[in-house]
Amino acid sequence: MKELSLNILDITENSVKAGAGLTEIILEETDDNLKITIRDDGCGMDPETVKAVTDPFYTTRTTRKVGMGVPLLKLAAEQTGGSFKISSVSEKDSPADHGTEVTAQFNKNHLDFTPLGDIVSTITTLIQGHPDTDFLYSHTYAGACVSLDTREIREVLEGVPLDTYEVIKWIGENLNEQYSENFPDQ
Amino acid sequence: MKSLAELQAIKDRMKDKVVLREGTGDMRVVVGMATCGIAAGARPVLNALVEEVNKAGLSEKVTVSQTGCIGICQFEPVVEVFEAGKEKVTYVKMTAEKAKEVVEKHLKGGRVIAEYTLKDENL
Repeated sequence: MKELSLNILDITENSVKAGAGLTEIILEETDDNLKITIRDDGCGMDPETVKAVTDPFYTTRTTRKVGMGVPLLKLAAEQTGGSFKISSVSEKDSPADHGTEVTAQFNKNHLDFTPLGDIVSTITTLIQGHPDTDFLYSHTYAGACVSLDTREIREVLEGVPLDTYEVIKWIGENLNEQYSENFPDQ
Repeated sequence: MKSLAELQAIKDRMKDKVVLREGTGDMRVVVGMATCGIAAGARPVLNALVEEVNKAGLSEKVTVSQTGCIGICQFEPVVEVFEAGKEKVTYVKMTAEKAKEVVEKHLKGGRVIAEYTLKDENL
């Protein structure tokens, strides 16, 4: 992947596929580090599947549905000297509280750090493709914050679908304006 | 600043249109957005389709949606066009520019752009 925002798009698609009602995409950044957390309340995975998604070449493929998405993000993080973690609680084991959390930590100054790229486009693409699920996006850097919560937007819209062209456009412009106001140097 | 008041105004404008949108959509355009598609450049293709469909005034006729891996990863980004009563058209190795052309010539003009489609000999 050429941009980390594409990895984020890819991993978040898994959350949606897992039936998540809310998926949180949280970026915490300093001058040296970037931490990406993707957390959902979807159906979760049992421990064997969690192991399989991080290392697909070692599975016996009985699980299937396991692809390259997670290993690609893991590689992107580890090649900067960073770290990667995935944890999950399956709906079967815990019907009341389940979901998956993926955390990737990057050393921004490493030669092999992949730039974040067009994260706004990733967020609008996710909402356009999945207008009936909710996303919470937050990006903090040096005390400043860019954020978006589709639950708030949904409340204002009163039934107008989130994938309406004008709404998607508003979301994109809103995020871009937040970025130029709060992160003027980026 | 893009305020919530502005979003409110969008809602007021769109509320009546929502009913109209439902049940229409004679044409469905589907973009493969699995790992293979995303890595090959599906995101700008999808965004170009959404943008151009709206610009061409086709929003009520055409729905643009996303799907997973279609199974021909080597040809990604892949865009499929479904139209009632017609055979599915599969565009392969798409770019934002090609997507723009597909909206203009195919979705609007009704002419399939054969050179961008998947040929049997490719499979």
